[in-house]
Amino acid sequence: MSAACDACVRWTWLLGRMAGHLDHARARIAAVLELDEDELIAALGGERGGDLLRERDSVDPERQRDRCSEVGLQLVCRCDPAYPVRLRDLPAPPRVLHIVGGLDRFLELAVRDPVAIVGSRAASSYGTGVARSLGAALGRAGVTVVSGMAHGIDSAAHVGALDAQAPTIAVLPGPADRPYPASRRGLHRRLAATGAAVSELPPGTPVRRWMFPARNRVIAALAAMTIVVEAGERSGSLVTAGFAQQLARPVGAVPGQITRPQAAGPNALLAAGATVVRGPQDVLDALFGVGVRAAADDDRPELTDELALLLAGLADGHGTSTALVRAGYEPEEGLAALASLELAGYVRREGGGRYAVIP
Amino acid sequence: MLARIATFAIDGVDPRQVLVEVHIRAGLPAFAIVGLADTAVRESRDRIHSAILNSKFEFPSRRITANLAPAFLRKVGPGFDAALALAVLAASGQIPRDALAAYAVFGELSLGGELRDSPGALVVAEGARRAGLTKLIVPRERAREAALVEGLEVAGVSTLRAAAEVVLGARPPELPEAPPPAELREPVAEPDLADVRGHALPMLALQIAAAGGHNLLLEGPPGTGKTMLARRLPSILPRMTRAEAIEVTRIHSVAGLHADGLIGSRPFRAPHHTISPSGLVGGGALPRPGEATLAHRGVLFLDELSEFQRSTLDALRQPLEDGSVAIVRGQRALVFPTKFMLIAATNPCPCGFAGIEDRCNCREADIRRHRRKLSGPLLDRMDLLVDVGRPTERELTSGPITSSDSARRRVAQARERQRARLDGTTASCNGEMDARTVRRHVALDEPAEQALTQAYSVGALSARGRHRVLRVARTIADLEGHERVSHQDLLTALGLRQQPDLASAA
Repeated sequence: MSAACDACVRWTWLLGRMAGHLDHARARIAAVLELDEDELIAALGGERGGDLLRERDSVDPERQRDRCSEVGLQLVCRCDPAYPVRLRDLPAPPRVLHIVGGLDRFLELAVRDPVAIVGSRAASSYGTGVARSLGAALGRAGVTVVSGMAHGIDSAAHVGALDAQAPTIAVLPGPADRPYPASRRGLHRRLAATGAAVSELPPGTPVRRWMFPARNRVIAALAAMTIVVEAGERSGSLVTAGFAQQLARPVGAVPGQITRPQAAGPNALLAAGATVVRGPQDVLDALFGVGVRAAADDDRPELTDELALLLAGLADGHGTSTALVRAGYEPEEGLAALASLELAGYVRREGGGRYAVIP
Repeated sequence: MLARIATFAIDGVDPRQVLVEVHIRAGLPAFAIVGLADTAVRESRDRIHSAILNSKFEFPSRRITANLAPAFLRKVGPGFDAALALAVLAASGQIPRDALAAYAVFGELSLGGELRDSPGALVVAEGARRAGLTKLIVPRERAREAALVEGLEVAGVSTLRAAAEVVLGARPPELPEAPPPAELREPVAEPDLADVRGHALPMLALQIAAAGGHNLLLEGPPGTGKTMLARRLPSILPRMTRAEAIEVTRIHSVAGLHADGLIGSRPFRAPHHTISPSGLVGGGALPRPGEATLAHRGVLFLDELSEFQRSTLDALRQPLEDGSVAIVRGQRALVFPTKFMLIAATNPCPCGFAGIEDRCNCREADIRRHRRKLSGPLLDRMDLLVDVGRPTERELTSGPITSSDSARRRVAQARERQRARLDGTTASCNGEMDARTVRRHVALDEPAEQALTQAYSVGALSARGRHRVLRVARTIADLEGHERVSHQDLLTALGLRQQPDLASAA
């Protein structure tokens, strides 16, 4: 089993130790992460510089490694030849990756053409639906889905992949053993069971604002392609897309209604030349060349005309009752029709008893 | 001289016999009441004194001791006045003592000697009958209510003088002007399903809920008619039997909400969301029935479910589970019946417009918080969930879909089928079936079985949700007259199922 080298562990310890200091420089965080230990302390240590130097000198890397294994984290550092090759394109690749879910599995997943699916937390149900079905379809096509486990689009992409029995990788802003946001505990557990959660921060580090753009750079670097599903005009997802562009990786965006604030981000990316993502096939074409790999066929059964009409009504955004009336259903048959659409995988019954269309 | 007469204390909604004994002996004039009496009972000394004088009787100027037996039972309130006064009259020889033996007396006195209206006469009448007494004297306003108990000669009187005359046999007991209705009266002006336009799905859900006794959650934006729909649920439930009507009447009589004859329509209670736990399930230093008990045999409607305090909703667990709630005060436990149907309404998100294009501006965290407030044991008891949307223009201008009368007939037929099938089990309707009963009594035909398996395997159902869907499917099959649950019945039930695990919905 590979383990992290002393130098990388010591630097990572300092990163966690100075997490609060780094927040002052979060605007230039990519550059800050390129600094070595002495430079970091000199640049951001301030009055505590002397203390930090002394503390750094007394750090025992072996103890740090033990602390990681105590909470179930496995490590790989950038000096290790097994380190994911795409991450090496970064000016400052994470020194140590802390992994939940198994190092070998993570390394294997990281070479399986990962695709990042990212987007805003305040997503529409259309957005989460798209993210979920993209995650599922790409997972089925053998592509690893990478995202950040945040509310909204990120989680939907993970859930889609997991529901399709495909492993997926979450890059967390804080330590990998702690779900962030905490409400995604269940998702974190599922990820740990079949996929992986990774982070460049040592366990016990509190989450700081600079960690989000830092995490986004890791997502962009880990993925062969980054897709933005929904994002506002000044969103972290656009930061991720920006990192991907800097690394000369393809960026895709899902077009949205021009009147919706969540569509502003992807539409702006499209205007700037991003790949149009209308479905999983567009992603596979961009990754492997047109027609090289085909998304699994829609294995959903053919719909009768009546059911297709009902589905179209739901897709137009009509409420359940209205869609049934428009498609000419009596209530009993209507409920049964909705249930058969659901069993066939075209719609999903949501919390409030409404139906969301699965693209 | 010693005189005795029976009366009754009301303990929760049950009668407890209390024997009033009055002894008059030589000594300085005094009037003492013993036997764990509260302030209101001890104050009755002065009321009785004045009432007796003002009724043209004599108040004995000797030493009077009154005892309320059994001594361990705490006696509360003014309902013992009439019994004490009559016992004083008998002990002082103004009315014959032997005549009192067959009587129970209940009521509060005024200083002028009138018998005041006192709530709970029906409970007292039941107690009197159970104690083997044949005659009951109650305030006139309560006579019709007390006369609902068969085999009891009820005299409704308005003064102490009249009560004494009844005992003396000087004149026959005054009968209340209108004899109590032999059969249940037709409920007056209940809201009817025929007033509703559109809402085909919620109306179907209401009928299924009524037919199987399933609790129902209505979810939808503000102003779409959730409350209006809920108010119509009692109108499609089967009519109450006489026994049920008497249960309801005694509860409402004790609570002082009802005074005249038998209650004919099922209760509908809609407490405001600021209600306290003891307001909802009963309680207080002198335990009173809560809204859950007032809704017994009827409907409890919780509007704005997410606004109720968590502790209030949690208090509903036992009533929902057991059909009764036990309230322990000091050394005794009171049991209030709480067999009601629960119907709740909620907005899908804090602003209420989730799912309607662009109208909702709630953040996901807010929606999660909103939903978390709903989750838990209460949702677990809700078999049905229906989305109440805004009716379309065309629906608003079209005719009614069904009337309460025809819906009630369908419901009654479905209930009849359930009764036959569930005979010999603990359940009286499909909504009460436990897991074992579901396994034994819910038979699916082949395609339905396949659909159920499919729904389970695609993750649309949890293990618990599967159980709920089966109960609802059985009710739908009962409404349709199917011997076994058909494919269509099962799919319909899936279309009304409640989503238990919202976490996985990302």
